[in-house]
Amino acid sequence: MSETETRAGTPAVTNDDEKPLLRVEGLVKHFPIKKGLLQRQVGAVKAVDGIDFEVRRGETLGVVGESGCGKSTMGRLITRLLEPSGGKIEFDGTDITHLNTGGMRPLRRDVQMIFQDPYGSLNPRHTIGTIVSAPFRLQGVEPEGGVKKEVQRLLELVGLSPEHFNRYPHEFSGGQRQRIGIARALALKPRMVVADEPVSALDVSIQAQVVNLMDDLQDELGLTYVIIAHDLSVVRHVSDRIAVMYLGKIVELADRNALYEAPMHPYTKALLSAVPIPDPKRRTAKSERILLKGDVPSPIAPPSGCRFHTRCWKATEICRTTEPPLIELRPGQRVACHHPENFADQAPQDTVLLTAAKEAAELVSEEVLAEAAATSEEAVEEATSEASSEETSSEGSASSDKPSSGESTDK
Amino acid sequence: MTDLTKSGAAVGEPARTGAAPETFLEVRDLKVHFPTDDGLVKSVDGLSFQLEKGKTLGIVGESGSGKSVTSLAIMGLHRLGNRGKNVRMSGEIWLDGKELVAASPDEVRRLRGRDMAMIFQDPLSAMHPYYTVGNQIVEAYRVHNDVDKKTARKRAVELLDRVGIPEPDKRVDSYPHEFSGGMRQRAMIAMALVNNPELLIADEPTTALDVTVQAQILDLIRDLQKEFGSAVIIITHDLGVVAEIADDILVMYGGRCVERGPVDKIFYEPSHPYTWGLLGSMPRIDRAQTERLIPVKGQPPSLINVPSGCAFNPRCPYADVPKGGITRTERPELREVGSRHFTACHLSQEDRSRIWTEEIAPKL
Repeated sequence: MSETETRAGTPAVTNDDEKPLLRVEGLVKHFPIKKGLLQRQVGAVKAVDGIDFEVRRGETLGVVGESGCGKSTMGRLITRLLEPSGGKIEFDGTDITHLNTGGMRPLRRDVQMIFQDPYGSLNPRHTIGTIVSAPFRLQGVEPEGGVKKEVQRLLELVGLSPEHFNRYPHEFSGGQRQRIGIARALALKPRMVVADEPVSALDVSIQAQVVNLMDDLQDELGLTYVIIAHDLSVVRHVSDRIAVMYLGKIVELADRNALYEAPMHPYTKALLSAVPIPDPKRRTAKSERILLKGDVPSPIAPPSGCRFHTRCWKATEICRTTEPPLIELRPGQRVACHHPENFADQAPQDTVLLTAAKEAAELVSEEVLAEAAATSEEAVEEATSEASSEETSSEGSASSDKPSSGESTDK
Repeated sequence: MTDLTKSGAAVGEPARTGAAPETFLEVRDLKVHFPTDDGLVKSVDGLSFQLEKGKTLGIVGESGSGKSVTSLAIMGLHRLGNRGKNVRMSGEIWLDGKELVAASPDEVRRLRGRDMAMIFQDPLSAMHPYYTVGNQIVEAYRVHNDVDKKTARKRAVELLDRVGIPEPDKRVDSYPHEFSGGMRQRAMIAMALVNNPELLIADEPTTALDVTVQAQILDLIRDLQKEFGSAVIIITHDLGVVAEIADDILVMYGGRCVERGPVDKIFYEPSHPYTWGLLGSMPRIDRAQTERLIPVKGQPPSLINVPSGCAFNPRCPYADVPKGGITRTERPELREVGSRHFTACHLSQEDRSRIWTEEIAPKL
């Protein structure tokens, strides 16, 4: 991973590389709910509700969130396994939002997917050879030296033996099947691989094997990954940048270290604090934990304004009424929040807490609240002192061009 | 954590006396084998451990290591189908002075649900979709207590409230599908606790849940344990969860215990190469360093043809370290390597501590 770290740190130089491989703008997917004899539409599940992001060449973008936040739907939209209801998807400069099956076919070579369930994603009646050679057949590609030889090379690449060519999926364990899925995804030398929970069905020791394999393949083949997972430890390990989703929206999008060390969205902070740490000594430090109340609201009728306001301990009136935009508050860290953590408050005039916030705050320890208050005050002071010299307001956009104030609050 | 070390003196390797032990739960040389067409599946093959009231034991291991089979054996659930013809069980399970392996199904049934209860991994399939949540809790209560429906219902509402379900008097009449995953798991905990069991077995209680909900459920289990003083066995593959909640940890591999000890020992001075493997293959959220993970090579063993000697030997990177004339085919027994800390490995104490401090610990 040391290589990817430098990759994330230093932006690419050439012109072509500066353009992101995938750009997504205002992507929306609503699944209609139909009722009655006439199948009239009575509502919609707003699985993905307006997200913007880009995937840079050669990077790994991790996407995390609770179940039902729309991360899998997002994965299926960018691979165009689902038709978007709105927005725009651009792959390598080409608009692929509404391409039909035929139009997508040439692109399927470049974009491949690894699925979560290694049992469900392999046809039990086909041999491994048939499964891994399917992409060649479908695309009409004749690799050098023949399909069989190429498939055997792929099997070797993912750590299986070439003799497995004539075996059936049921003869393999979960980890091996996941390797088969990876071999199939890599068959056509794709440029981007979308992996939806690639390791969550595997045991820890096998999980590490697959994570390392994906890592090696990225270095070897220069792949770009979009890894969708709910396991925050795995995501931290594999990703260069991470997008946190909540109820169909991206609430925070940042470089790995920034996100894990100084999360700015309260939801990110709560999510990170909830992960059990495999270190018994940390158990005493339970005060760091933020317990969220209740469950994620229904995506059929998401809360108004900021979608997290019903569970947030910092929510004020503005959170209920106005949806915070996803803005770059610190270089490389985009956040959609009126009252971010570790940073100057975006709506300092709005101080009256909502009832929901008061309830939520009871579950948050004093220290977290005090710390939050301290960091935002500190940031406000710095921001205002700098702002006074430049005569700019401390509202939203202004703070984005003051990286120094943000960075100092990390500590 | 501090009182843990004090109570340590009481626990040691069990003697095969056949007499009732002093600890609350004691499992001695438990074997659970399933005859199949392909051969005998030795799911659990000689497992022993003890657990005291008010303590939590975490059982970790990969799928197929026998952790769930152990819990079902304690609950006496293996012998239900087919009158137990397809399972061979031996050994002893002592719960509060009563032996369960040889006990009649009726005796076990009287204990099950009242003295010992279980939380399953998947609450949707563990609950009956046709009955309301309240009905199912009421049933569990009335089986063991001679009360009328009204009292039982009151008890159900009380427990739903205790496990944190909003508006319990309304939700008691909901069906399982109307609950979210986290609420269903809470409802199942309520069902398990309705008779104040002294032993609670939680089999992957949070695996199907999101982290935020997992944190809620772990907190709940911990609080309830404090309140009811019950003994808890928590089965999981997530080392983070056991670090969070367990007092003792038992690491299983291939149907046997490879290492057992207090939580601190397992995390800071683990002594079995498999435990090292587990710790090394786990990505850490609390560490910025992102060097490569150190996976355990190979695949988990088949339980029909468990490798001879130490079941871990084909995957063990230290299998070739000379061990003073002990061959690979010799089976290592659990040996005490520290206070209340046991390990089943042929490596000598010196080799072990050298490998741990020089090769493993710096990479973790």
